[in-house]
Amino acid sequence: MSWIVARIEAAMALLLAVIWIAPLIFAFWAAFHDVSDAIAFDLAAPWTLENFRTAWDGAPWLRYFLNSFLLVTSVLIGQFVLCTLAGFAFAQIDLPYKDTLFLLVLLQLFILPEVLIVENYAIAARLGLLDTILGIGAPYMASAFGIFLMRQTFKSVPRELDEAARVEGYGTVGVLWRVYVPAARPTYLAYALVSVSTHWNNFLWPLIVTNSDTTRPLTVGLSIFAAPENGVDISVISAATIMVIAPLLIAFILFQRRFVQAFLRAGIK
Amino acid sequence: MTDTTASLHRMARRRQAIHGWLLLSPALIMLGTFAFYPSLATLWTSLWSRGTRRRPSEFVGLENYERLFSDPTFREVAMNNLLYAGVTIPVSIILALTMALWANAKIPARAFVRTAYFTPTVLPMIAAANIWLFFYTPGFGVLDQIGGLFGAPSVNWLGQPETALWAVCIVTIWKESGFFMIFYLAALQTIPEDLREAARIEGASRWTYLRRVVLPLLMPTTIFVLVNALINSVKLIDHLFILTKGGPSDASKLILYYIWESAFAFFDAPSAAAMTVLVLIVLGLGAALQFRVLDRRTHYR
Repeated sequence: MSWIVARIEAAMALLLAVIWIAPLIFAFWAAFHDVSDAIAFDLAAPWTLENFRTAWDGAPWLRYFLNSFLLVTSVLIGQFVLCTLAGFAFAQIDLPYKDTLFLLVLLQLFILPEVLIVENYAIAARLGLLDTILGIGAPYMASAFGIFLMRQTFKSVPRELDEAARVEGYGTVGVLWRVYVPAARPTYLAYALVSVSTHWNNFLWPLIVTNSDTTRPLTVGLSIFAAPENGVDISVISAATIMVIAPLLIAFILFQRRFVQAFLRAGIK
Repeated sequence: MTDTTASLHRMARRRQAIHGWLLLSPALIMLGTFAFYPSLATLWTSLWSRGTRRRPSEFVGLENYERLFSDPTFREVAMNNLLYAGVTIPVSIILALTMALWANAKIPARAFVRTAYFTPTVLPMIAAANIWLFFYTPGFGVLDQIGGLFGAPSVNWLGQPETALWAVCIVTIWKESGFFMIFYLAALQTIPEDLREAARIEGASRWTYLRRVVLPLLMPTTIFVLVNALINSVKLIDHLFILTKGGPSDASKLILYYIWESAFAFFDAPSAAAMTVLVLIVLGLGAALQFRVLDRRTHYR
């Protein structure tokens, strides 16, 4: 009796998996077929790269790729520097009002930059950051989540390593650089994966801050390209979509375990 | 002698404090600029009238909030968002838990099953919307074609008020369930095998074991996922830009989208600010819930 239940459950699990992945597979298939064949579900229709050619010529994708790359890199560097310094201070240095301050920082976990778009736009305008890559990244650099993550990691570094380095004559920054940063390598990797995939995919704030092709990241470029006003057909939209998601998707499939581990580490701590 | 050690000690402490502030200041300046100051500025803006060229803005107290609550569009948008949260949060959590239980069981093609559940998570919301657009398009969209096989009439899923919001919900659920699954999966793997054995020896059915043993043990994960799903029900609106633009006639408009529209299309900063304050209050309640639960958890340890 119970093996029947197990069989049925396995079948349902598989069915749900197929349903879950089907939209993506279908978009992939449509991207390589002529739109009339895609709409007609003609599985025997010939494969073509024409949609990719049309999509590629329809927007400055290379520029968008470069912008997205510059964006995720600058956000990551900013986050690493700011969160390392602050996380270290919160973890290892005695300061008056430290706990109150830390609680205040944690508050930012819930004050999402997405929600503060109106005032952040005004601030970016005042700082001359409108329509710049730095302007897209700046609100995310001092991430409360990153500070929290680094603090937890630095707290678990054995005190003896710290003292040994100080005996050797290193100052605060030297100890941070020689002892704490190397010890936190797995956390940095996890944080990098989460941060890169978040900002590669981010849309609303980049949409608001940018207004030219020289700064637009891929997501904003894709939304403009696929806007109904442009009248691009669905196969070409699929091709553009596949192009945009390919780098992250390939990285994910290659390093799947790492990705899942990274999201877990980032979420649970 | 003791005097000098004491003063040396004091000096060392002061030096440490200076180092500490130097290390903290870059992050605090950035947080101040892009989180704390804008939060306060939003509250401030929400208390002033919308200035025009003829009439400068003036302090109006809670008038913007009153105007908001009597605005039928805002009421509809708020109801939409409640429905959006009320549908996506429980459905995503139940699906995530089911997926995790299946992906944790000994089933064939388990690696494929896990990958299939998780993959939508790594896509940008904009890409997900483009993919689903193909499904919803009336006439030649995939859903219509499948419906057509069974003789169902063509449905304009995104173009009619009765279905637009549901179509939007489905994309959100598709996107976030796999993400929540991994937290359940990780939590399930920490439950010792002996518990299942013990339950079986006691003669408990699998359902009883799930309900009485597994679910209570997963409670902290559920709270974590719940708070994240709550945040997502405010934050995940990117697909509206592709799928419906909030329409038809505001039927699928959500609060963050309406904030964006009020500020950047209607140039009504005060009412956008008032809505932002309301959203921050809701998120603050979510924060309080999570902090309380986390607090209790650390007491147990």
